[in-house]
Amino acid sequence: MAKTSDVLSGAVLAALGIFIITEARQWEYLGPDGPGPGFFPMWYGIAMVALSSLLIATSIGQALAHAPRPKASEVGRALGTWAVLVACVALLKVLGFIVAFTLFTLFIVRFLYGEPLGKAAAIAVGGAVGFYLLFDVALNVGLPAGMLGF
Amino acid sequence: MEGFGYLMQGFAVALTPYNLLWCFIGVFLGTVIGVLPGLGPAATIAMLLPLTFKMEPTGAVIMLAGIYYGSKYGGSTTSILLNVPGESASVVTCFDGYQMARRGRAGAALGIAAIASFVAGTFGVVGLMLVAPPLARFALSFSSPEYFSLMCLGLAMVVLLAGKSMIKALLAMLVGLWIAGMGTDLFTSTSRFTFGHAELLDGVDFVVVAIGIFALGEVFGNMEVREGAQMLPAPKGLRNLLPTWRDLKDCRFAFLNGSLVGFVIGVLPGAGSTIASFISYGIEKAVSKHPEKFGTGVVEGVAAPEGANNAETGGAMVPLLTLGIPGSGTTAILLAAFILWGLRPGPLMIQDNPTLFWGLVASMYIGNVMLLILNLPLIPLFAQILRLPTYMLYPFILGISIVGVYSVSGSLFDTWMLAIFGLLGYAMRKLDYPSAPLILGFVLGDIMERALRQSLMMSQGDLTIFVSRPMSATMLFLAVLILLAPLFRKANALRVKAISS
Repeated sequence: MAKTSDVLSGAVLAALGIFIITEARQWEYLGPDGPGPGFFPMWYGIAMVALSSLLIATSIGQALAHAPRPKASEVGRALGTWAVLVACVALLKVLGFIVAFTLFTLFIVRFLYGEPLGKAAAIAVGGAVGFYLLFDVALNVGLPAGMLGF
Repeated sequence: MEGFGYLMQGFAVALTPYNLLWCFIGVFLGTVIGVLPGLGPAATIAMLLPLTFKMEPTGAVIMLAGIYYGSKYGGSTTSILLNVPGESASVVTCFDGYQMARRGRAGAALGIAAIASFVAGTFGVVGLMLVAPPLARFALSFSSPEYFSLMCLGLAMVVLLAGKSMIKALLAMLVGLWIAGMGTDLFTSTSRFTFGHAELLDGVDFVVVAIGIFALGEVFGNMEVREGAQMLPAPKGLRNLLPTWRDLKDCRFAFLNGSLVGFVIGVLPGAGSTIASFISYGIEKAVSKHPEKFGTGVVEGVAAPEGANNAETGGAMVPLLTLGIPGSGTTAILLAAFILWGLRPGPLMIQDNPTLFWGLVASMYIGNVMLLILNLPLIPLFAQILRLPTYMLYPFILGISIVGVYSVSGSLFDTWMLAIFGLLGYAMRKLDYPSAPLILGFVLGDIMERALRQSLMMSQGDLTIFVSRPMSATMLFLAVLILLAPLFRKANALRVKAISS
């Protein structure tokens, strides 16, 4: 059995390589003053297609029946954290950093670590206040503000 | 004598109260993040980089370098007390350090790790001071073709040593080159790979890529599991942390071995402190009178890798400061930091910025002394950091990442990019793609393309310019040889197999 992850990642990178070559073809390759903006991308695009094809070929050729598979629950926790981060980033424009970060921390501590709600809320609020004091007040680094102005 | 005069000038810079404070903050933070498993110096430097933009460059460099070498001191604490390396270079310290701790000799193990780090770290700085100026003078003769070939050589070495699969390392490097190519082409003003976003016309900010790949990728990886490892009790009191005379006598060769191996490996791009610590441990075991005891808790098994790990820092600074070629993810971030402050590491760096170079060298001497003083009596305090629950730590790291990225441009677009690069960093970890070649490709991509195009302009499009100049040809030949090395190994293995069957 081929290592599926290598075949898939190889296919994604091959597609990226083809995209790079296609884009690079639209730009000047060699001009009167020397190489144009398409020169370098063309070559690393070609290299990317060649190497990812090699990766796919070697992965299919190898018998990797014993390759360890990642645990779905572990990957789920990591991707769950990422999804919460994306939600936090999406909320920055509306709610601002202080509120979005409070909700973000609350969700992680309560649902991903299973801590009691009161404790999670205290950590979330304390963390957000800490960020405000450290960055906004002490270091004068502006935090993303929402529609409410903070 | 000239070098000594410059060094004294460097001490005058490093000993100002302002720079001393930044040096202390750097080594203290470095020790803390070294102690924390799952947060490496690359991620920390990337996260703190935006906060240094308002600082005076010398103080900022001193602080960030302090984080780099300070993290190596701290890494041993988790290896010894927790059997979990604080960073990859401390893996070898687990072998004997944890066994010593289990036998009630945690204090001696921590003490010898701190002393070995001090001795070898200082040796590395002496090496940097002696090797960097002549190498920089030699590199002054380099022109665009030599620079292009040198970058090819550096990237080839990083690719060779970065991970289990060279193909994956090369692909990671190419993705780095692609990300570096996003934005407006400086020669012709053509916009490339911007996907119609005006925010991408200036390219992708280095801070976004570095924090996303290193900090977020690491946090997502660590978030996979909920529970942490069980820690052995940390020894209390300075007396319990001091190794015996017998221990010190047993470690004489280990100190020297670690110092030499660490520095030499550090100078080579790509090898890094993990390889240095493994090699010095192997040498120590090979020359030991009792090799069978290695892995059961021998003090030399802690001193040699810890020494190598720390001497590597001085070595790694040599190609970074004299050639502008970083050898690892962390030094790539330091290179980007220099560029962001308007400095250009390379052959002219020592000549043009003697205050900064010699101030940095002097601060590394001072920082090593600070670390020895900090690490011996304060180990029980640093060990308490390990009790910090991860559900408090990880949201804090993610929060500081968002603030760090936002503070650079004030744009929420960059926070979206951060989330994308965070996912990419995690995917690379899961799929066994090394991140160092991507960061190096990204940092060097722009400079490499410029050197390539300038070379071809010089030769009016003739590619033989790279092989008609002796230095350039030699470096390109070495790069090709390095990239073909796995093929030679495979062919040799097949030949041996055929003969034996």
